[in-house]
Amino acid sequence: MENNIEAEGLVLHYGSTRALDGVDLSAPAGTVLGVLGPNGAGKTTAVRVLATLLRADAGTARVAGHDVAREPQAVREQIGLTGQYASVDEDLTGRQNLVMIGRLLGFSRPEAHARATDLLARFSLTDAGGRPAKTYSGGMRRRLDLAASLVNRPKVLFLDEPTTGLDPRSRNEVWDTVRGLVDDGTTVLLTTQYLEEADELADDIVVFDAGKVVARGTSDELKHRTGAQTLTARPRDRRDSPVVLQVLEQVTGAVPTTDGRGTSSVPVPSEALLGAVLDQLTVRGVAVSELAVRLPSLDDVFFALTGSSTTPTPEASLA
Amino acid sequence: MTTMTPPRPTAPLPTRATSGNALQQALTLAWRNVVKTRRQPEALMDVSLQPIIFTVLFVFVFGGAIAGDWRTYLTYLVPGILVQTLMFATGGIGVALNNDITKGVFDRFRSLPIARSAPLIGAVFADVVRYLTATVVLLAFTFALGFRTTQGLPAVVLAVAVGIGFAMCLSWVFVWIGLKVRSAGAVQGVGFLATFPLTFGSTALVQADTLPGWLQAFTKNNPVTHLIDTVRGLLLGGPVAEPLAWTAGWGALLLVVFVPLAMRAYRRRV
Repeated sequence: MENNIEAEGLVLHYGSTRALDGVDLSAPAGTVLGVLGPNGAGKTTAVRVLATLLRADAGTARVAGHDVAREPQAVREQIGLTGQYASVDEDLTGRQNLVMIGRLLGFSRPEAHARATDLLARFSLTDAGGRPAKTYSGGMRRRLDLAASLVNRPKVLFLDEPTTGLDPRSRNEVWDTVRGLVDDGTTVLLTTQYLEEADELADDIVVFDAGKVVARGTSDELKHRTGAQTLTARPRDRRDSPVVLQVLEQVTGAVPTTDGRGTSSVPVPSEALLGAVLDQLTVRGVAVSELAVRLPSLDDVFFALTGSSTTPTPEASLA
Repeated sequence: MTTMTPPRPTAPLPTRATSGNALQQALTLAWRNVVKTRRQPEALMDVSLQPIIFTVLFVFVFGGAIAGDWRTYLTYLVPGILVQTLMFATGGIGVALNNDITKGVFDRFRSLPIARSAPLIGAVFADVVRYLTATVVLLAFTFALGFRTTQGLPAVVLAVAVGIGFAMCLSWVFVWIGLKVRSAGAVQGVGFLATFPLTFGSTALVQADTLPGWLQAFTKNNPVTHLIDTVRGLLLGGPVAEPLAWTAGWGALLLVVFVPLAMRAYRRRV
């Protein structure tokens, strides 16, 4: 499949800080690439390079088939950008913001107004369209930001922490919008600090730390790669707990633990042992109310990945 | 790719803008600034009150001492105050640009396929509203005090046009400063440092021959002096061609030096 975002070996310095330290990225057309990482990991810097706002010191990047350094205007024709920094004008109304962008893109006055009307309706801002953006709630404001980045029907959309600071309902609205755009064939690069968000939206995830990509893959691949899985078993009758512990230890060869509710858990290399545990419990006549192998959450993965590399380099602490 | 069908959600995009449409883009962005000003009329407070306050202060405080009586001084002063007001009004652009950058509005513009120069030219165009406001307030107020031009309306219009034209050239200095300096407050500070010596060290308030020799040398070569002499000639009679040529030369020089500097700062500003 054709990649709509493709970056190789991006390096960018802020003074002596290496904000990007050899970053490779790729996103096939019509997919969501989630860029995950702590504050200062270089997520925003990477977006700014791909959106032609910053020039990398080394490396190449192509967005929608155009080189960001050599053909920035061609890239700009195909992208939309939404982030805490690429903002709408608070003093203008929602409609005026959208009309202004349409006019800047070369739409005639009626075309710009028609496009604004469409977008306001699509983002449930029709009633608020005549009010200055500074009177909007956080969620409305973010929807207007999104609408503003869609005026030119971009092929590639950059969303830099699009839901930071939003309440859960507004966040879900933004997610639905993103899903709709991807269904229409838009390629989305989304940076986020929320693992749940990457889990919900992203086809592929890259994890940034201190300007480097420290892991990449689908959400499931990342969960499989890092940390063991956990087998948990809870007997229907609390008094069977010792038997459960015994079985778990016997089958897995590891020492299980029990929590206050009588759930025993033990790390396992794969789901394969689930059957053996069930057999043994059945043989001993123990009824279970819960028996499962759980993948580590993306949170576990994230902390395992970024936590393991926190030998505090000056870059990491500065960035 | 122009079609006569009304735009629908599925309609093909209109022809995209390129650098060729820089002027239309600049005008769109100027419109944005005018809309903002209309929403916050207090943004015009400085340019509406300043000419009145300066006129009152200079005419009634210094008028008697400098010219014997305030009415005589008023006639001398109006061209000077007009230019001084315009000079002070140019500084606002740096503050406005700095705010746009800090708030992220410029990053949106920079991610659009528009001419790099459009946001800056748009801001310069938009300030014409400020200049016109200042000019109209000043002329109306001094007319009420008794100031009369001797040269007729076309000359007044020309004087205002020259003044605003020069202000638009000078504002590129503040565009550059606004892009270079980190905070809006600092822009204002640097701006005053530049405009005060230029306006006070000119023939705005007193005739050059009353000044010590070293200051006369500065004053006579000060671009603001040339502009004031031009405006004075147009409003009250006197030589116009020579100071106008100097003014145009200075204006062109400002553009040649500061437009590229501002554009470079704009491209580099992170």
